[in-house]
Amino acid sequence: MAERVLMKGNEAIAEAAIRAGCRHYFGYPITPQTEVAAYMAKKMPKIGGVFLQAESEIASINMVYGAAAAGMRVMTSSSSPGISLKSEGLSYIAGSDVPAFVVNVQRGGPGLGGIQPSQSDYFQATKGGGHGDYRMIVLAPASVQEMASLTVKGFNLADKYRMTAMILADGTIGQMMEPITFEDAEVETYDKPWALTGTKMQRPHNIVNSLYLKADELERKNFERYERYKVVEENEVMYEAYMMEDAEICVTAFGIAARVAKNAVVSARREGVKAGLIRPITLWPFPAQALRRAAEQVKSFVCVELNMGQMIEDVRLAIECTRPVSLCNRTGGMIPSPDQVLSAIRAAQKGVN
Amino acid sequence: MKTTQILIAGFGGQGILFAGKFLAYKGLLEDLQVSWLPSYGPEMRGGTANCSVILSDDPVGSPIITDPDVLIVMNLPSLQKYVDTVVPGGQIYVDSTLISEKVSRTDVEVRCIPATQMASDAGVPTLANMVMMGHVLKNNPQLTFDGAETTVRKLVPPSKAQLVELNMKALQAGRDYQ
Repeated sequence: MAERVLMKGNEAIAEAAIRAGCRHYFGYPITPQTEVAAYMAKKMPKIGGVFLQAESEIASINMVYGAAAAGMRVMTSSSSPGISLKSEGLSYIAGSDVPAFVVNVQRGGPGLGGIQPSQSDYFQATKGGGHGDYRMIVLAPASVQEMASLTVKGFNLADKYRMTAMILADGTIGQMMEPITFEDAEVETYDKPWALTGTKMQRPHNIVNSLYLKADELERKNFERYERYKVVEENEVMYEAYMMEDAEICVTAFGIAARVAKNAVVSARREGVKAGLIRPITLWPFPAQALRRAAEQVKSFVCVELNMGQMIEDVRLAIECTRPVSLCNRTGGMIPSPDQVLSAIRAAQKGVN
Repeated sequence: MKTTQILIAGFGGQGILFAGKFLAYKGLLEDLQVSWLPSYGPEMRGGTANCSVILSDDPVGSPIITDPDVLIVMNLPSLQKYVDTVVPGGQIYVDSTLISEKVSRTDVEVRCIPATQMASDAGVPTLANMVMMGHVLKNNPQLTFDGAETTVRKLVPPSKAQLVELNMKALQAGRDYQ
């Protein structure tokens, strides 16, 4: 077995990215994700990679666009306000069908907000922060180990589907240390015949572009892209079901909220309340089917989030409002306690008795 | 199932986060499940710092500690802020050089140790945090002093090897304090 090492979540992302073959990092510092950049600054020059602190977030995402167009495994990382700045670039990357890997270690918003953990960029990540019809694969780690494994997964998926994969983490998972091992990093490589690598006078020019002035052509592009998204939805959904076998109350939560919720589920079980947890690991594609199946079995849902209620909309859509869904939340950098979640589970149980 | 939740708090610069890292690494080397969560807010820039360490036989759920089993405090604001959160039957370790106020609770075990003074007397004035750690390892029933040196060696980079001896000196002073 590989050695267990203690690492911060942010460092785990950086190390895993390097192991996944990423040799180009472009970023701009912001709390609470700066350790990603610091790790890259230290490591990249030693392995022949590029670390570049750009003059702004906007510059860095466009450097990612460029390197991605050249077929490189490339990434950037930031936190909430910085991701807003990168959103224009994310839309261009989507419109050009190039693969990119982006990390958002969320902090409280809106505006400059605060620097404490938050999950209030769920809408931005899953519904598209930039303009136009597009999707990103959104991965939500709940441990330092998953920060690493989902990073490798993210690079693989981005290349496979020629789109952006985003890690949607939060300040807690980014800053905390837990033991991890790197033994299970399975790096997949994909041919990139579309990449701008120079024709060497041997082939026609490749063009990477998001401008289509003919409406019918642009429509066709969008239809094609959504065919690809459909394949992602069919094949790449990930979630964890915990104590769901006989559950009557289904708690839904991702990332750090799911860690807190798990404690509450265990406490509820001790009191004889049959609670379970469904933790989406991919926020897009969303595990709608799993929730729909759960709705046939459970009486009520409790959605735990570090925001004013964002994922709860997708939960309600997934189960087509066939069961009550209550919100248990804190926001602005606050985190619900296991007791708060337990109270919400008790209230949900009471509501159906 | 055994889980110990340890909250360490004090001023920024006292080595609060390092002390937590020491406990977390020690747990790692003992094959325990471990989480280490620092405060990284504005308080780090000159105010209070705190750090949550969980050591467990089982996978750690939430890394956030609301009711610590063990509270280690190195300034008065931290004692005042967290004294009521400690579980009944838990332990509070107080650096009595810096905190003269008495702990009002009677349902917890309180251990006062003049760590800052002792570190100064031992010629390692910046290592009061490790004096505290030595005392905690000795006196907490879930922890042990064994393996302290291996952990320090793991934490100290080879380029600063002389720090191993100094850290051990501080740890031993804390351990031997009655």
